[in-house]
Parts: sequence; structure tokens; C-alpha cells
Amino acid sequence: MSSTSNQDYYVPHGTHWPIIGSVGLSLTVVGAANFLHGTWSATPIFVGIAILIFMMYGWFGTVVKESLAGTYNAQVDMSFRWGMGWFIFSEVMFFAAFFGALFYARMYSVPWLDGASNNDATAQYLWPDFEAAWPLLTLPLADKFEVAKATMSAWGLPFINTVILLTSGLTVTLAHWALKRRDNVWLVYWLFATVALGFGFVILQGIEYAHAYQDLNLRLDSGIYGSTFFMLTGFHGFHVTMGATMLLIIMIRAAKGHFSPENHFAFEAVAWYWHFVDVVWLGLFIFVYWL
Amino acid sequence: MYTETTHDAAHGEHHDHGPAKGLMRWVTTTNHKDIGTLYLWLAFIMLLYGGSMAMIIRLELFQPGLQWVEPHFFNQMTTMHGLVMVFGAIMPAFVGLANWLVPIMIGAPDMALPRMNNWSFWILPFAFTMLASTTFMEGGAPAFGWTFYAPLSTTFAPDTTDFFIFAVHLMGISSVMGAINIIATILNMRAPGMTLMKMPLFVWTWLITAYLLIAVMPVLAGAVTMMLTDRHFGTSFFDAAGGGDPVMFQHVFWFFGHPEVYIMILPAFGVISAIIPTFARKPLFGYSSMVYATASIAILSFMVWAHHMFTVGMPVAGELYFMYATILISVPTGVKVFNWVTTMWKGSMTFETPMLWALGFIVMFTIGGFSGLMLGVAPVDTQYHDTYFVVAHFHYVLVTGALYSIIAAFYYWVPKWTGHMYDEKLGKIHFWWSTIAVNVLFFPQHFVGLAGMPRRIPDYSLQFAEFNAISSIGGFAFGLAQVFFLYIVIKTIRGGEKATAQVWEGATGLEFEQLPSPPPYHSFTEAPPVR
Ligand code: HEM
Ligand SMILES: [Cu+2]
Repeated sequence: MSSTSNQDYYVPHGTHWPIIGSVGLSLTVVGAANFLHGTWSATPIFVGIAILIFMMYGWFGTVVKESLAGTYNAQVDMSFRWGMGWFIFSEVMFFAAFFGALFYARMYSVPWLDGASNNDATAQYLWPDFEAAWPLLTLPLADKFEVAKATMSAWGLPFINTVILLTSGLTVTLAHWALKRRDNVWLVYWLFATVALGFGFVILQGIEYAHAYQDLNLRLDSGIYGSTFFMLTGFHGFHVTMGATMLLIIMIRAAKGHFSPENHFAFEAVAWYWHFVDVVWLGLFIFVYWL
Repeated sequence: MYTETTHDAAHGEHHDHGPAKGLMRWVTTTNHKDIGTLYLWLAFIMLLYGGSMAMIIRLELFQPGLQWVEPHFFNQMTTMHGLVMVFGAIMPAFVGLANWLVPIMIGAPDMALPRMNNWSFWILPFAFTMLASTTFMEGGAPAFGWTFYAPLSTTFAPDTTDFFIFAVHLMGISSVMGAINIIATILNMRAPGMTLMKMPLFVWTWLITAYLLIAVMPVLAGAVTMMLTDRHFGTSFFDAAGGGDPVMFQHVFWFFGHPEVYIMILPAFGVISAIIPTFARKPLFGYSSMVYATASIAILSFMVWAHHMFTVGMPVAGELYFMYATILISVPTGVKVFNWVTTMWKGSMTFETPMLWALGFIVMFTIGGFSGLMLGVAPVDTQYHDTYFVVAHFHYVLVTGALYSIIAAFYYWVPKWTGHMYDEKLGKIHFWWSTIAVNVLFFPQHFVGLAGMPRRIPDYSLQFAEFNAISSIGGFAFGLAQVFFLYIVIKTIRGGEKATAQVWEGATGLEFEQLPSPPPYHSFTEAPPVR
């Protein structure tokens, strides 16, 4: 609460972007459903996504313009901060659902299928040969699935990727320090390093996926191990891609001199987001790959 | 087309923009009052849509045997009724109230993020169109219950389920954005002097509700995403053959589902806490205990979800834990009821329409709370689970609880919103008509439930016939009462006795003390003084 007058708080009047976003979003999902049913081609999905990108470009473009024009006071800045913080919390809870599924499978459903906790008879009658293990390679009804041949080792690419992401967390912080001492050159350099590390991570993840599918036969449809593996790392990889793209935009904006030590919420928001994907990765590395 | 009229605050001169002209005003608006109105109308339309499906359900259940609809269509009706009422009527109505009220209760010029506010609303019509359109598609609407348990919703569900899944995704995006906005508004936009512990309870309850929304809507999104991949991409989250577990679906769902029921009742607590003091002409008893009770209900609500799963097979330790934790929630809930009653103690009470609905809430919500307590006792829930007793329970807490508070809020604040008093006589008729009808409708369901009538069935055994006929008559009467309500709403908007600024003799709060009725399109461009 910075002042007694509310007039300095910028309240925009009228915007077309949300309705465009709604149309794009709806077209994307209706297109996806129809694509899955084989009734439509994939085109509507891409048109929908294109509309969404157009919307974000326009909406964020407006916000950037307003920000540069000095329209936002400190209180508006604070609203953005609360908004971004709680948005990241919602993302944490989204990942929590999949981590929950992972823990549930590891601690309950897999052992129970093998007869633990009062389930002996079920196991014996339904799948006497099934043996609980994690990572789970043999399945209760293996013939329904593409059974994986081996598990993904933690100490190859995943470990390198861990190092990459942790390093990128460092470089983004170095960028922040450069920003705070008005060193625009190093700000851009460190951001460039972060973006490069981010996309490097995504590329390595792609190589790892190819290895999983081709060499290990570890796939999305390889039972619960494959399901949790690909859902968790897949959504994470998607978030890294988004984060790296946002960092790229921030880098371009930084090169244009948009940020000052006093006014750089956009930078901080993306940095928070980047730390968030970093922390999620640590959870993944420990619980999906390592333990 | 894409130029935006901007409010140039830099030169400090005061513009009092009115609303834009024409239909696009509603599509492009960033004004919290406009958006609140949009939410409230959407909720009303959904109430009537969901209500018409309830009429079909009660028509079929009027007599034993199959008379009017196919069993599969009946299941579509119960499922869509639940989904539409929860996600389309109750939740948007409370978000609408938050939009209208939070800024004028805390002395803010608008919501913190007005453009995003527009998007939160404008996703919803698309989502509900998608959901409703499944009724007319091959395979029909979702028919697996509003709780969409796997494998009914995965292996055995029609293609239309994917539209349902994406509709839920859209509703989730909308709710999370709405909740973020509400939190940012409450934490950042309060007038100087409006400390947290001076905020009206409606604002407090919404702050906590918004937190619950952000915590659990993404989990719901995760649940439907896993459904989607199980259906189309061969994952086995909910498939035992691949190492997963259909019961896991229930855990994920109810981790969302139980906090969800508190999302639908906490703002109601806030509404009642505003109305009772006004008409008892006494300040609320135990303000701070109300705040703490709300917070503890919210925290506990994350730890009780498996009381919906007592019969699916859980280790005994789990049954015991979830039983005790569930029953523990009734303590803070009891604190609230106690405080409302004590507020009225020795008050000089009058019984205008909003007060009647609020009193109806206290009495009948408490009945629902008691049946909840019974259901929370694991060994007896084995008997009650999936019977009409559960149906009676959640309709007492949701209809005579959440919906009653929304209607109470309408009568209480509509003079402020429109500047017109509603017709007191019609309001009272609406209350007594609804209250008699709703009890005729739902009270007998306790009896048939205890006697063993299962829920979600189109036909039943003969001994339940009388109570079901009675229940159906109550149902039609209650449905009709809400059409009457529509008439009252329209009549009030179009005209009526002029409301004063304070509206009610005993009303307190910035919206009654500092703003005329109706308030200007942009209120509190100057932050109000806070006592
Ligand atoms: C004193 C507080 C409460 C307790 C102890 C309680 C307990 C329970 C229990 C144990 C069940 C599961 C019954 C079964 O399926 O066998 C249940 C169902 C339900 N409760 Fe409550 N409840 C309480 C308050 C509420 C409130 C405030 C709401 C909503 C505003 C609510 C909404 C529901 C709904 C919607 C269901 C049914 C879900 C379904 O299976 O479709 N309850 N309650
Ligand atoms: Cu519950």
C-alpha cells in the first residue's frame, strides 16, 4: 500500500486479448479431441496454438509497452509479483499430482499387486508370476504392454543434465547481479549462457528419449514405470522449453535495454520460474532416476 | 481493432470513465463490477440448466420402474447435473460475489489484475459449451458420475469423455487465474489502515478459498491428464495390469475433491458472517476465532480426503486416521455455528429476506454437518456409503448451505449493486416456498438412504416408493421456486424502491459506509478512510 490515492494504480480499460485467447484455447483442445478421435486433421490444433501465440505476443507486448512508458507504479509491480508467485505455486501442485502418482505406485500399488498388505489371494489368483520391484520391468499382465528391457540409468545423460540445470541456475543469478549493477553487457551474456544451457538440456533430454525408445524399449506404454517416467520428465521438459523461450525473450529485451535495477519484474518472474523448473528437476533426478 | 483505451494515470487528472457502449462492453470489460455481473449470470444460467436435469432425475424417480428415460441417459443426467452445479453454478457464483465485493470491501479501485480477470471469466462459456455439447454427440454426455472414477471414465467411457477432460482443464485454468487475482487483490490492494484483521470475513474466507483453489485445481488437472493418457497413449496410471491402480484415481480425485467442498462453503461462511451481525444489530461474535477456524478448516481439508473411500479397501490404520481427522473438522465448523448463534444472542433482530436465508442456512447447513459426522464414522459409513443418505448429506450442505448463502448474498447486496430494493414480499415468499420445498425434497432422502436405497440408479425397490414420490414433489416445487427467483432478479434490476447508501440499518463495512447505491462504475479511485 504505497499511497492513499488509488489513481496511480493502473486499471486498463477494455481488452480484446482474453477473448482471442479463449478462442485459441478452445480451438486447440477441441482440435485435439477430434484429432484423437480421428475425425479431424491436426491443423485445427496448430491454428489454435498459433492464435494463442498471437494472443500472448499482443497481450505481453501491450504490457511491455505500458511498463516502458512508466504506467505501472510500485503497487502494480507488487500485484505482478504476487500473481507470478502464486502461479508458480499452482505449477508446483500440478507436478505434485504426478509425483503423488509415482509415490503411490512405488509404495502401494506395485507391492499390493504382488500380495502385500492383505492382498495375497488376489496376487496368487490373478498374476502368480508377478514380482514387485522398482523400477518395474515385469508387469502383472505383460502381454498387454510394451515391456521395457532395462531401466534408465541416472549417471549418464540425466546426471549431465542435472549439472547443466544447476549451472543455469547459477548463470541466471549472475545475470541478475549484472542487472543490479547496471552491467547490461554481462546481463545479456549470462542470459545467453542460461538460454543455451536450457536448450542444451532439452536436446539432451531428446537424445535420452530416443535412447529409451530405441534401445531400452522404455516407452510411455511400458506400464507404470514408463508412464510415470515419461509424464514427469515430459511435463518437466515442456516447462524447461517454455522457461528457456521466456529467457530468450528476456534476453532480447535486455539487449534492447528494457531493464533497470529499479524496474525489472519480467526478468525476476522468469528467473523464479527457472529456479522452479530447476527444483522440480532435482526431485525428478532423485526419485525418478536415482532412488 | 486491437488498440486499447488506456487510463492515463500519469498526469493525475481524474477521468470517470463509464462503461463502453454496446455488446462488446461485456466481452472486453476489465471492470470488476461488470465481470462480477457476468459471473453471476453465468452461474444463474447454469443453475437453471443443472436444475432442469435434476427435474428429469426426479421425474424418473417419481415412481419405481422405468418410465421416462433410458438408464444410460439417466446416468448422463446425474453426472452432468453434478458437474454443472459444482463447476458451473456454485463456484462461478462465489467468484462473481468476490469480484463484486472484494474490491469495494477493502477500498480497492478494482481487482489487482483486471485483464486477467476478464480472461478468467471468458474461458468459462467456452468450457461449458464444450461440456454441454457432449449431450448431443454420439456416445452421449459423461455418464460415470461427477466423480468420474476410473476405469468407468477411462476404459469404458465414450469418446465424448475427451471433451469433458478438456472442459475440466479449461475450468481449472479459469479458476486458478481467478484465484490468483483474488489473492493478489486482497494482499496488495487494501486501503491504508485495512489491516488483515480488520478485513470483513467474506474477504478472509475468500483469501483462504483462493489458496485452496490454487492448491487443488492443478491436482484435478493432473488427474484428468492421467485419464487422457490412459485413454489414448497407453499409460497405466489407473490400470492394475500395468502396475497402476484404479484406486489411485480416487485418491488423486479426492485430494482435490474434499478441499473442493470447502471451496464451495468457506465463502458461504463469509456471507453469513456479514448478514447475521447486520440484522442482529450486533458486531460479529468472535471475529478472530472465525478467522482461525476458517484457516484450520482449510488446513484440515487437505488431510481427510479418504473419508470418501472408506469402502474401497484401505488398511485399518488408514480408516482410523481418516475417520478421526474427518471428525476433527467439525470442531472449527462448530466454532462458526456457535459464533453465529452467539452473535444473535440478545440482538435486536429483524427478519428481512437476506436474514431469513441466512438463518435457513445456519439451521439446515448444520443438519448437513451432522449427517456428515455420521458419514465420517468409518464403520457405519460402510452402511451409508453410496446410498441416498450421502445424497441427502451433500444436498443439505450444498443447496441449503452454499446455494442458500448465495441467494442470501443476492438479497443482501443487490440493493447496493443496482440501487433498487427487491420486493420484500416476493423475497419472503421465495424463501418460505424454497425452504418448505427443499426439506420435502431432501429430508426423506435420509430415510430411504438409511433403509438402503443406492444412489445413481433410475429404478428402485418398491418399499422406497412413497418417500421418492414425496421427494420428487418437493423437487419440482423447489425448481419452480428458482424460476420465480429469476423473475425477482429481473424485476429488481429493472426497478424498485430506491436503496439508501447504507441499505440496511445495521449494515457496516466500506461498501455500505463509503459508497452510494449503486456505486460508480469506478469506485474508490481515492482510497477510503478505514476506521
Ligand atoms: C462437518 C463436516 C463434514 C463432514 C464430517 C463430512 C463428511 C462426509 C463424508 C464422510 C462423506 C462420504 C460419504 C460416503 O460417500 O460414504 C461426505 C460426502 C460428501 N460431502 Fe461431506 N462432510 C462435511 C461437510 C461437507 C460440506 C461443508 C460439503 C460441501 C459444501 C460437503 C460435501 C460433500 C459432498 C459433495 C459429498 C459427496 C461426494 C460424492 O460422493 O459424490 N460435505 N461428506
Ligand atoms: Cu469430503
